[in-house]
This record gives sequence, C-alpha cells and structure tokens, in this order.
Amino acid sequence: MHELGIVFSAIDTLEEVGREGSLSSISSVTLELGEVSGVVDSYLLDCWRWAADRSDLLRGSELLIKAAPAVSVCDACGRTYPTVEHGRVCPYCQSADTELLTGRQIEILEVVAT
Amino acid sequence: MAGKTDEFKVIEVKRSVFDANDRQADELRDELRSRGLFLVNLMSSPGSGKTTTLRRTIERLRDEMSIAVLEADIDSDVDARTVAAAGVRAIQLHTGGMCHLDAGMTRQGLESLDTEGIDLAFLENVGNLVCPAEFDTGASRNAMILSVPEGDDKPLKYPLMFEVSDVVLINKIDVMPYFDFDMDACRTNILARNPEATIIPLCAKTGEGVDAWCQWLRDGVEAWRA
Repeated sequence: MHELGIVFSAIDTLEEVGREGSLSSISSVTLELGEVSGVVDSYLLDCWRWAADRSDLLRGSELLIKAAPAVSVCDACGRTYPTVEHGRVCPYCQSADTELLTGRQIEILEVVAT
Repeated sequence: MAGKTDEFKVIEVKRSVFDANDRQADELRDELRSRGLFLVNLMSSPGSGKTTTLRRTIERLRDEMSIAVLEADIDSDVDARTVAAAGVRAIQLHTGGMCHLDAGMTRQGLESLDTEGIDLAFLENVGNLVCPAEFDTGASRNAMILSVPEGDDKPLKYPLMFEVSDVVLINKIDVMPYFDFDMDACRTNILARNPEATIIPLCAKTGEGVDAWCQWLRDGVEAWRA
C-alpha cells in the first residue's frame, strides 16, 4: 500500500512542524501532488483519514490536494512539453533525450493550525 | 466554527512529505560511515532472486570479511533462516504490512542485530519496485536486481527505482535464450534513467558474473572506510 507509507511519512514530517511551531492542533493540510508522483488521490485520502485520526495533532484534519502538472524538457531542442500527453519523446523534434522537470513532487505546502 | 476563525493561522511548510525520513536517513548514513559499516540496500521485485544472490555473495565473501543481513518482509522469517544457514548473522524485520523499509526501521534493525565488527551488511528490502525507491533507508549504497524474465523495459516502467540505484544486477542471464530480453536495450534503458549506474549481468544460480559483483562490494567497503 504505497499511499499508506506516504501518509505515515507525511504525518512524521507534520509532527515535526507541529513541535517546531508549538502547534496543538492542525485542521487542514495542503499537499501538492505531482501528476507523475504515482499517488492515487482517493487512496491517499482514505489512508489520510485512517492515519490522521490516530495522531493527536492531526485528528479530524482535512487533507487538500493540489494537483501539479508534469513538465518535461527536451535536451535536444530545449523546449518544454506536457509529460503525460507526450511521454519520453519530444513532440517538437522527436528526440528521446528528454528529462522530467517537475511533476514527481509530493510536497506539504501549508497547514492551518490552531 | 466561524467565531474561532481568528485563532486559525496558516503556516507555510513547503517540505517534501519524505523530509523527516530523509533527515533520519542522512543521520544514519553519517553514523555508518564513522563506524566503517558498509550497508547495501538491496531492492527488487518479488522473485527476482534477492535471497539466492545474497547466499551466493555470502559464500564468496565470508572468508574475507564479516557480513550481516537484515531481512525485511511483510511477514514470515523464511529469508532470514535461509541466509542464516549460509553462516552469517541475520535478523528478520517485519514491516507490519508496509511495502517498504524506512530509515527508522533500518536503524531499529541494526540496533537489534549486533553489528560490532561487521564490515558489510545487506538490507534485503521488501520485494517491490515502487515504495522502496521513495524511502531512503540510510544505507551507504542502493543496489537492485532486475531478473531476465521481468523484461528489459522495467527501467521505463519504474524509473525512480533505477534512478536511485547505484548498481543494477541483471540476474538469471542463464535463461536469456528463452525470453525476449535484449541486454543492449536494457542497458540503454537503465542508463537513460541513471547515467551513473553500474550494470552487472550475472546468474546467482550458476555463479556467472558474481565475481564482478563481489569486486564492486569489496571496492565499496574499502572506499566507505577511507
């Protein structure tokens, strides 16, 4: 269960944030999820509910997911293109010499705390 | 809740969800370096031959260095018993349903196994090409096994696994004639994900290619102490 591990890891990181900021309770967490992070939103939300309710800091908190598009750059022609639509091959020059610029991130953007 | 809105504050975090684990992993790696213990995180799909490769490796190296093995599994101790039978210290870690090991579990495993005097330790991760790649265990190096029956296109399907692996062992080369496996295409696919990867074709069953892998380990142990 890929999403459960990610949720546990996110909770560890959030508990650190809570200790650093002396927060007693977090009511919502906004997560940026890259389009090619391999995470399924609905599974992540289910795992979140289960795991967050077992943390004093995060009990009842809402998880908000902000999707971030995946973008690749072509090393041959220098142009960027949407990764999911075109994959590894540059749609402009057909080179396979491409790299993912962004889209794999699973990042905690902000929390609402009390 | 409207009346309480004033008490809410929005805090910008901007941290990867893996942040806490990544930090624990870096701390563990620093400790391993100062102790001169070379820990190899071995990852692969289920059935690619991790345990057989480990047994073969232990047979070749146990007379020249002190070896320990941490076996991770969702349940059972089959692998730890198999490896212990090869004559090295072994411990079985149960991940309790989790599909990977993280730095905290790795530390616990090392603490429960007496690693005094150990030169080389293997962490046999859960058989899975997704989650183990995301969670840094704190190991000195990442190694993965891709077996011939899995196909030469796996680096395209599980890119992160190949990006994080320092060495890729292509196992079961004895059955290449029976499978539609193109070694050159496989190398190209791996190097496209990770130009720095060392690629070693081998057969754990017959021992072919195991010398190159053992040499990689010897060099690693030596460099880790330097």
